Amino acid sequence: MSPEIGTHQLESDTAGDMNFKETELTLALPGESRTLKEMNGGKIGTKRGFLETVDLNLGSLRADCSDKDRNESENDVLTAAKPPAAKAQVVGWPPVRDYRKNAMKSCKYVKVAVDGAPYLRKVNLEMYNSYEQLLSALEDMFSCFTIRNYLNERKMVNGVENVPTYEDKDGDWMMLGDVPWKMFVESCKRLRLMKSSEANGLAPRTPSKCSSTSG
Amino acid sequence: MLRMARSLPEEVLEHVFSFIHSDKDRNAISMVCKSWYEIERWCRRRIFVGNCYAVNPSMVIRRFPEVRSVELKGKPHFADFNLVPDGWGGYVYPWIAAMANAYPWLEEISLKRMVVTDETLELIAKSFKNFKVLVLSSCEGFSTDGLAAIAANCRNLRQLDLRESEVDDPSGHWLSHFPDSFTSLVSLNISCLGSEVNFSALEHLVGRCPNLRTLRLNRAVPLDRLANILRRAPQLVELGAGTYSAELRPDVFSSIAGAFSGCKELKSLSGFWDVVPGYLPAIYPICSSLTSLNLSYATIQSPDLVKLVSQCQSLQRLWVLDYIEDIGLEALAAFCKDLQELRVFPSEPFALEPNVSLTEQGLVSVSEGCLKLHSVLYFCRQMTNDALVTIARNCPKMTRFRLCIIEPRTPDYITLQPLDDGFGAIVEHCKDLRRLSLSGLLTDRVFEYIGTHAKKLEMLSVAFAGDSDLGLHHVLYGCENLRKLEIRDCPFGDKALLANAAKLETMRSLWMSSCSVSFGACKLLGQKMPRLNIEVIDERGPPDSRPESCPVEKLYIYRTLAGPRFDMPGFVWTMDEDSALRFS
Repeated sequence: MSPEIGTHQLESDTAGDMNFKETELTLALPGESRTLKEMNGGKIGTKRGFLETVDLNLGSLRADCSDKDRNESENDVLTAAKPPAAKAQVVGWPPVRDYRKNAMKSCKYVKVAVDGAPYLRKVNLEMYNSYEQLLSALEDMFSCFTIRNYLNERKMVNGVENVPTYEDKDGDWMMLGDVPWKMFVESCKRLRLMKSSEANGLAPRTPSKCSSTSG
Repeated sequence: MLRMARSLPEEVLEHVFSFIHSDKDRNAISMVCKSWYEIERWCRRRIFVGNCYAVNPSMVIRRFPEVRSVELKGKPHFADFNLVPDGWGGYVYPWIAAMANAYPWLEEISLKRMVVTDETLELIAKSFKNFKVLVLSSCEGFSTDGLAAIAANCRNLRQLDLRESEVDDPSGHWLSHFPDSFTSLVSLNISCLGSEVNFSALEHLVGRCPNLRTLRLNRAVPLDRLANILRRAPQLVELGAGTYSAELRPDVFSSIAGAFSGCKELKSLSGFWDVVPGYLPAIYPICSSLTSLNLSYATIQSPDLVKLVSQCQSLQRLWVLDYIEDIGLEALAAFCKDLQELRVFPSEPFALEPNVSLTEQGLVSVSEGCLKLHSVLYFCRQMTNDALVTIARNCPKMTRFRLCIIEPRTPDYITLQPLDDGFGAIVEHCKDLRRLSLSGLLTDRVFEYIGTHAKKLEMLSVAFAGDSDLGLHHVLYGCENLRKLEIRDCPFGDKALLANAAKLETMRSLWMSSCSVSFGACKLLGQKMPRLNIEVIDERGPPDSRPESCPVEKLYIYRTLAGPRFDMPGFVWTMDEDSALRFS
């Protein structure tokens, strides 16, 4: 624990007079070696992978703020060169806004018809990662209808029940949930939320296949 | 002097003041003497509040009773990159509620990074009879229901601009709420909307608004609808196309090409999602008069981009993806001699290896060929000090320079040295530099250069840089015009902050996240600086549940006349005079 913090005075009046070159401020604990600063330009010369950087950042100091753990984490920072972790993304880096990242995703708009609704909507299938997300979005869009969950759970509101179906590349109407999500996105041409009564003629589904929900 | 002021009638002074528009000048006028302050405050029509928590609505209303236009900003800039947790704040409703009573003749509201609700929009729609302009930039919290209220009620609406806002849009039918009698629209920007709007309602709206100058469509507007829309608005000056892709068919092509040729006033283009290159020639006839081109969503490769930009001799602003590559930037440098602003965005920001041949050389080429270049945002994967020095020497008039080398702490790839000297050259040669974003491997030295030379700098963004508090001290001590400083993942702690506490009152705000500022220092600052709000943002729970020396996750400091705010969520604590007592 640094003793400096507790007794530190505000030095706003004398800021201009401080000669930092002489005081050589660093963030080390008292007695800590200044290895980091003494190295080439203050950093280890070789380019470190970003992922190592993530591991080595000051977050490791903050995570455990007790004395014992702190000394150990400090050593980690100074000895460096951990092997690269699995691909981890740091929040907010690089500084690209979400809508730009989304814009780069390809777009697969398909029409959605709901039996009983007066208008067609379109959805971009690339915006979703799973059947669940898609169905939830559809429920938002057509809020006065309910959609039978692909797992065959019934959701009843207003006593009306809809079964989500889609027309695939071959022109066949299928129920949602049979194929892995990505395969569905690729082969789906349009969606239709059918009344349960009409869905009887469709190819029967095997519930056991719907374990893969995300692509 | 005072005698002179009294001898001029108020009406005369007011008339003189009516020619003064800039806030700075208006503020200066109001400081001359008490009577000028009084006269000025009654005739100020525009208010800009750069931080909505720096002042509260009643203070503004009390001082300026006759305002017609309000601009407010909420969350700090780093909210754009998800560094500010949801629920932090920036709610605009209290402002609108207060203004609904005080400013019945309010005409314009511009908001940036604020939380706007449907209730807010409904209140706007019914409170201001002469409402004309609504700009919601990077806002969130509202849906198309709110927009429907605006459409239905604002009879004199001229501008509806939703730029980059996050809109919950379950229904595309809000556009139909503009009554048939509504014809006053001048500017409509719906490019951020995810789902479709009703196309025939859109066409009808466009067709009946003869003064429409700006139309930015969203991605859901397909190419085959564009021609119809353009034919109804040949007077358009700014167009954002929707999706620019369809099966290549000669009839569709000639329809679109014809529609574009009919738009003789077009100066600005944007949109262009999912571009099919075969349709690009449709815009060639209007390229030579374009001054602004935003292709930052267009996934077209450099050969097509070269063909395009080489025809845009009047281009002043270009936003583009790094698909343009060095070769495309060379063409830009050769053909677009009027270029002032360039932004190059990364097509694959998370890829570990470069996917395009875009290097420091591209930016150097542009700096050599485009002598008017003064605003740059450039994402790349490699840089050298030499390149930066060359750019600095070529562009002494640079005012905004934002460089993002994608991998943090990347050194000069040839010398393996930090990029201190390169950025140092930028601040030394570009004496008018107002905004700077740093990246790459940087030591405290770059901050020494900045503190020494960047005297006009107003906004600085720093990430993964520096060695010690000395770096932060250089900036706070040396940058006389600094207003906004945002820092993430830097080894800056308590010393420089406490030593330069008074400086913080001269700035709009300071953001520090993943740095080493201790809770104890935050408390101390809160005690000593009553005109600052010291907000500790920490999702690990109350800061006093950890030792005082423990660094806080995020820190947001801003000057304010309004005291601590009352709308903080559970993960934000304000350090004030009482905090020492409350937290002990």
